[in-house]
Amino acid sequence: MTTALLDVRDLRVGFGKSRRPWRPRGHRVEAVAGASLTVGRQETVALVGESGSGKTTLARCVVGLTRPSGGTMTFDGTPLPPGTHRPPALRRAVQMVFQDPRSSLNPRMPVRRIVAEGWAAHPSAAPAGDRTAAVRDLLDQVGLDATVLDRRPAELSGGQCQRVSLARALALRPRLLVCDEAVSALDVSVQAQILRLLVDLRRDHALSILFITHDLGVVRQIADRVAVMRAGELVETADAATLFDKPAHHYTRELLDAALDLEVSEELPVSDESEARR
Amino acid sequence: MTAPTEPPLLRVENLRVELAGPAGTTAVLDDVSLAVRAGRTTGVIGESGSGKSMLAMAIIGLLPPGSRTSGRLLLRDEDLLAVADRRRRQVRGQEISMIFQDPLSALNPSQRIGRQVGEILRRGGRSRAEADRAAVDLMAQAGIPEPERRARAYPHQFSGGMRQRAMIALALAGDPALVLADEPTTALDVTVQARILWLLRSIQDERHMAMLLVSHDLRVMSHVAHDLVVLYAGRVCERGPTRRVLGHSRHPYTRALAASVPAVHTTSALAAPLPGAPASPLARPSGCPFHPRCGLARDRCATEVPVVRQIAPDHFTACHYAEELEP
Repeated sequence: MTTALLDVRDLRVGFGKSRRPWRPRGHRVEAVAGASLTVGRQETVALVGESGSGKTTLARCVVGLTRPSGGTMTFDGTPLPPGTHRPPALRRAVQMVFQDPRSSLNPRMPVRRIVAEGWAAHPSAAPAGDRTAAVRDLLDQVGLDATVLDRRPAELSGGQCQRVSLARALALRPRLLVCDEAVSALDVSVQAQILRLLVDLRRDHALSILFITHDLGVVRQIADRVAVMRAGELVETADAATLFDKPAHHYTRELLDAALDLEVSEELPVSDESEARR
Repeated sequence: MTAPTEPPLLRVENLRVELAGPAGTTAVLDDVSLAVRAGRTTGVIGESGSGKSMLAMAIIGLLPPGSRTSGRLLLRDEDLLAVADRRRRQVRGQEISMIFQDPLSALNPSQRIGRQVGEILRRGGRSRAEADRAAVDLMAQAGIPEPERRARAYPHQFSGGMRQRAMIALALAGDPALVLADEPTTALDVTVQARILWLLRSIQDERHMAMLLVSHDLRVMSHVAHDLVVLYAGRVCERGPTRRVLGHSRHPYTRALAASVPAVHTTSALAAPLPGAPASPLARPSGCPFHPRCGLARDRCATEVPVVRQIAPDHFTACHYAEELEP
């Protein structure tokens, strides 16, 4: 691999205190405390951690929704400035898919407008010809047919909403997709569909994916590399196979030990003795 | 597995629940039967729209106003659907209690935790001082460190895991014979989840309590449920001892569900996903509700509603072609 597509170095994000001189005693929380991470071309990197570990904050910095207080981010060799100062071409190249498929779509817009909305801000990504045909084509790529064009999010299932979110992101021809718990709110049978779709889209669109999740099973299925985050720091980053088979950090081992697998053997459910080891 | 000899503590027989909505009534549960035994956990698994939470609400008697219920809910030999409201309230909290998914919205935000636990104890006729002391004991049993100090705290001062422990203390306060737990660990981190599940298990053993665990998480179920009920669009697909249902499933939906669960400790290929989305009771497909998503569906499946029938000792399925699903 030559240079990585995304290179995050020593990223820091602090919340509280600083800009509030009238509350001097409020203590400052470092949500991200010096995290360094790379995402290669067409690579899927999973960022795992428990709630409050700072994984979403890191993702929001990458997309430009949160301003880091320190560190650098580089995208394809060029510096990636914090959100509001980002040139349109760079903003377009990094798209995000959120956890709650319904609340991340405008409830008053029909699907055709949701998918096409980004083109108003990024004319360079807009199709030259028939926009409706382009929207149809995008929906087709995410496995939706034209019957959803005039529906609103409330008339769609959770899985369909998440497909629309993906179509909206793809409309801007991104190079990096940041998925923040994008399958966590879905039913397992639908979750499998969206994971399969992500794998296909990555191949067809030469995408890189930063996949944030707390579900290690999902990580094992789609990630090339895994970064484990805890209290704002990345404690271990490794190839997926290495991480699952030979975790180096004790926290990674702790996470793996706590993760349950489907138990289908004929034995009785886990006895108290064996469970007490957890 | 040794056959349980005690009669079930709770028997749900042909339960049907209809909710009133803008578009008329919807049967969110239809012909649901199951049993829960003392000292054992019955797991109810399903995706959204399966009616799993409604089942718990129907058992504890907290269905929304305007809902209609038929069938039988037998606690020991008393039909809870036939008793007076006064008796129903007595059963709720004393005999049957519930652990909710989101403790923050289930706990009173403006009352100290110890007081909330004590409130239930006072219903049993104890003085306030006695109740406060007993509440601290219960909180200790629920694994809350420094229970004396914590009893004086408010819910917002607790972490998610601690709040769920407080919720457990609250559910145990009436010394119930049956605890309903609706997604008790879904909102928690995995490391906390394992601890809460173990706590529930040890309390259950200690008190010989029956538990109905409602969850969408088949992984959790496979570790803690003795018996499993698989719901789809308000109907039972399959039920029986967990090991049989998961190891020798006789319903295509259970099989698909199990295949969709990604493994953590072994490498598994990306599961072949089921098409479509879980059916909603609002628009339940004709015949077998699962037929539009089922790879084995035939003409009969679209027209004839499958009856839940026994296929092995304790093992029930609602698939027309269960015999052809031999593992």
